[in-house]
Amino acid sequence: MTTLPQQTDRKLGLVIDLDTCVGCHACVISCKGWNTENYGAPLSDQDAYGADPSGTFLNRVHSYEVQPEAGAAQLVHFPKSCLHCDDAPCVTVCPTGASYKRVEDGIVLVNESDCIGCGLCAWACPYGAREMDQAAGVMKKCTLCVDRIYNENLPEEDRQPACVRTCPAGARHFGDLGDPESAVSQLVAERGGVDLMPEQGTKPVNKYLPPRPRDQLQGPEDSGEIDVLAPFLAPIDSGPKGFLGWLDRTLEKL
Amino acid sequence: MHPAPSVILFSSLSGMGFGLLAWLGIGLPAVTGWVAFVFFALAYLLAVGGLIASTFHLGHPERALKAFSQWRSSWLSREAWASVAALLTMAAYGAGLVFYDTRLWPLGLLGAALSLLTVLTTAMIYTQMKTVPRWHSVMTPLNFLSLSIAGGALLAGQVTAAMVLLVLAGAVQIATWWRGDRALAASGSDIATATRLGEKGSVRAFEPPHTGSNYLLREFVYQIGRKHALKLRVIAITLMVLLPLLLLLSPVFHHLAAALAVLSHAAGVLTSRWLFFAQAEHVVGIYYGKR
Ligand code: SF4
Ligand code: SF4
Ligand code: SF4
Repeated sequence: MTTLPQQTDRKLGLVIDLDTCVGCHACVISCKGWNTENYGAPLSDQDAYGADPSGTFLNRVHSYEVQPEAGAAQLVHFPKSCLHCDDAPCVTVCPTGASYKRVEDGIVLVNESDCIGCGLCAWACPYGAREMDQAAGVMKKCTLCVDRIYNENLPEEDRQPACVRTCPAGARHFGDLGDPESAVSQLVAERGGVDLMPEQGTKPVNKYLPPRPRDQLQGPEDSGEIDVLAPFLAPIDSGPKGFLGWLDRTLEKL
Repeated sequence: MHPAPSVILFSSLSGMGFGLLAWLGIGLPAVTGWVAFVFFALAYLLAVGGLIASTFHLGHPERALKAFSQWRSSWLSREAWASVAALLTMAAYGAGLVFYDTRLWPLGLLGAALSLLTVLTTAMIYTQMKTVPRWHSVMTPLNFLSLSIAGGALLAGQVTAAMVLLVLAGAVQIATWWRGDRALAASGSDIATATRLGEKGSVRAFEPPHTGSNYLLREFVYQIGRKHALKLRVIAITLMVLLPLLLLLSPVFHHLAAALAVLSHAAGVLTSRWLFFAQAEHVVGIYYGKR
């Protein structure tokens, strides 16, 4: 049924820390790896080794440059996967019932055997979180690794999304955002986590933690600090020495 | 948005077909027998032909029947129901006219209403997309309906009505463009709200996720031909409204002029529908620093 549930028992989702993400794309690769080998149609690539490669990904990392009024610009790496919205517009547009939001944990999924590949759900998502697989002709999206988080065949520490498990910087956190006591909810409260495009009214479950100010980006000349030892550390003779110095002087004479 | 030929053909042709069915439903022209057969055949060719074209862009057309299941929430599902209901009702009504020389008035009126409802549901599929500010407006259904009714009048040979309705449809079309050009800026979505980094400074897309293209860029960030938009708008209005009007007003009005008027109108509607997609900016483009 593609009407949305009134409410869900839990709100499982991700908290993404823009302060610590180093933009390594490890989550992109682990996501593609896990989701190609497990639930549903594999995530295909087209012309992978040719001139115009492209493929299906459930998680992509953008990079943005933020230029403040004063001071140095900051580079922010920005991972984006499905935000498992509470008011998911992608679910209600689906004509077949293939797209749905689970009552028990709020995960938004696609039942691939019902999907006719009309693409409307991808049109309805403001975040670009759904991609039509060109080989399978069905809609693919982040499953919140539903086949890992409840999977008792996996060791306990692996029962979390592949992207979260992989991230070397600890920039992705998984948990129940419906429970104010959960670690992820605490993190969001403490760091002032935000929704993406709130004006779209999708009420995303996933939250983004804004980057902290990089107070050490500025050198002493920018910050106006005076270091009393600095003059002693300045290079005395910046000309080359040894063989290079001799070469330099000889060439000068020619 | 990517202007898929199948979808453009579908919405233009079936719009005209259902428009003609609506006129036939209210008994204008009051045809029976063979003449009725020709009118109905034309309407069905357009309406059903368009519907079939629309299945070409599906990833799994063989599962199309499943699309009837979610009429409670989905406009695409409602469109499926409305179109089948309209086509069946009008088939029964048409059979009465063609084979028994009888006009079943209630059936005709119901069929006319269902035909227009089908056009409305088609328009609502686009209108509901908050992600495409250019479409998310009452102007979209007005645009689709006014074109469908005017095109139907032209096909039904209702000369006076067609002239008035063409002018109306043209005015609605220009208003739709005028509003559409301001829609993205008015939507409030920009790179600052998309990344929520706007409070820290001005945000610029520095590097996309991949060096290659992807489904999202191909489907939603279609920019080719936008630079010709103004020219194409002039062409669309000329073909859709002005030329048919001139032909209808010409003193030597005969079947050839009427046929030319219909063809010109159809070409104009196709151009306008192409622009409807090609000019539509999806907010996901913002994440890629594009529009
Ligand atoms: S992020 Fe997009 S695909 Fe995911 S639930 Fe929200 S609207 Fe749907
Ligand atoms: S592409 Fe599949 S999941 Fe998406 S709206 Fe169409 S049928 Fe539903
Ligand atoms: S939760 Fe799983 S499917 Fe979703 S982005 Fe992470 S790895 Fe991919």
